[in-house]
Amino acid sequence: MAKTVAETIKEITRQHLKSGGAAMGQCLSAVGWVGGTVPDMTEKEGLLELSMDDTSGSGIAVGYALAGRRPIFICRYQGFMHIDASQLLNYAAKSKDLWKIPCPVFIRSIAMEGAIGPVAGSSHHGMMTRMPGLTVCAPMTPKEYEHVWKTFVEKDDPFYVSEHRRSFKIDYEMPDELFYPEPDITLFPISAARLSAIEAADMLSHEGILCNIVHLLWLKPFVVLPGILNAVGASKYGGIVIDTDFENGVSKSIACDIMQHASRKVRVLGLEERTAGFAPHLDNLPPSPEKICNFVKNIIQNR
Amino acid sequence: MRSRDQGLIPNISKEFPREKTLDMFRRMCLIRYFEFNVKSTYDQGLMPKSPIYLSMGQEAISAALATTINKPALFGQHRSHDIYLAFGGNPEKLIDELLGWPTGCAEGMGGSASIHCPEIKMFGHDGLMGTQVPIAVGYALATNKMTIAFMGDASAEEGYVLGSIGYAATKKAPVLFVVCDNNLSILTKTSVRRSWTMADHANFGMPSVEIADDPWLIMHHVNKLKLSLPAIINIHTCRELWHAGTGRDGDSEWNRFELTTNELVKLELGTEADRIMRHTIDYLDKLWNEKLKEQK
Repeated sequence: MAKTVAETIKEITRQHLKSGGAAMGQCLSAVGWVGGTVPDMTEKEGLLELSMDDTSGSGIAVGYALAGRRPIFICRYQGFMHIDASQLLNYAAKSKDLWKIPCPVFIRSIAMEGAIGPVAGSSHHGMMTRMPGLTVCAPMTPKEYEHVWKTFVEKDDPFYVSEHRRSFKIDYEMPDELFYPEPDITLFPISAARLSAIEAADMLSHEGILCNIVHLLWLKPFVVLPGILNAVGASKYGGIVIDTDFENGVSKSIACDIMQHASRKVRVLGLEERTAGFAPHLDNLPPSPEKICNFVKNIIQNR
Repeated sequence: MRSRDQGLIPNISKEFPREKTLDMFRRMCLIRYFEFNVKSTYDQGLMPKSPIYLSMGQEAISAALATTINKPALFGQHRSHDIYLAFGGNPEKLIDELLGWPTGCAEGMGGSASIHCPEIKMFGHDGLMGTQVPIAVGYALATNKMTIAFMGDASAEEGYVLGSIGYAATKKAPVLFVVCDNNLSILTKTSVRRSWTMADHANFGMPSVEIADDPWLIMHHVNKLKLSLPAIINIHTCRELWHAGTGRDGDSEWNRFELTTNELVKLELGTEADRIMRHTIDYLDKLWNEKLKEQK
């Protein structure tokens, strides 16, 4: 049986601790909260339960990084990054530029699929892309996660890994879907929006609308690879960056980066520009397949 | 109650051998006369007009710690010329840093506020008040090596500082928390900002003391506290100059450097102290003059 993303993370963590690394976070032993992604290991083995003071936990991780322990810092709700971020952005990300002292923290920041009110729903990776020195990515498959970890180990930069709980059960890969030489549009989905984008592309194909999909794993630094330009250049209506975060974040930045090199328009679709509430009808979820379909059809109709 | 004699133990200066006392005083002189040169250079417009944070008046703290603790990891804040110099950072590289040269200790990136020195395990500060404290706690837990986390009385109020001190207490991290308490956050006094003290209310069950910046008193307590880490030492001191820059708002509550030299005379070390002082002044004046000539 293939390994899931959750099992992959657990195994990576286990191996890391065995080789002298460290991992830390809050409520690690609470079943289900970090989705079974943490191995059953002890503090002596390097697995550290942090106190409930979010603001100091990230600083403690930075201290571990300065000591060469390459800590995995687990943020159980990505929304908590709003209070965790200061020392990651202002110290870990700047340390190499300022003092030539690497500060490699592997930040696991876990997004939920809504249903949790104003604080923690969905992803918040956009704000983390603002600071130079921090690599930001959003793996969704076992091999992608392994690739991200390997890259982290080979480098000495801090990494922000925008995880999504919907990825934890995934045990397959999601290659780009470049089925059409001249598609109507190319979708550039991020994180769990990739699952919705695949569904949407399938639904649209039944209506004769052809969508290619280029999955975005690395969000910062974002490199406009030739494949991206070819895909958007071949598309009649350009592309859409589809995000699980608010649109005024990395999605607009990526769309802009692509458009600076392409002759086609690249639009964005993400969370609505409003605060989520707890009641289901007040939630603010990432674009559903239906919403993506409507957005695409709207572009085509209003050309 | 804050005073120049807070916690003072009679005849405490006699507890230490002559060499130790003179070593401590040598470090105090190095800090003080280095800062005099910074002030003079800055006031003459001979260095970049970026914010500078001078340690003048607070020399005794770092000098006493450096004399007492052997090679700790050091996490300071924006005002840390004293830490750098007391623990053996190269003065020449600090001058270069303040002049914005690539030969500086942080190659010009750190300025006055974000200096560092890997040779003495001194880590740089990022400019956010108090972040050095949780980072120091993480470093100490990761290495299990003695670490000093310096903070001011203002940064001690940061949530993440208190949270990480609590965590250090829980996990028995080998950290000495040193509060350099000059009673001022820029110009706002501590009593306006809080009704509690670090030693009595924020020690989380750790050994803690609250004393004045008498260097022998500091050495006395640090010698004990370093055996039972984590621990807190809140030291009342006087910042002679402005928070940032070289200005002065009248006389400070006390002048620890003067009090220390008086005590050295009582210890019959006046002649040696005077020689150390003059030697340090000559050395630093020469060094600064050479650098400023180079600059031209």
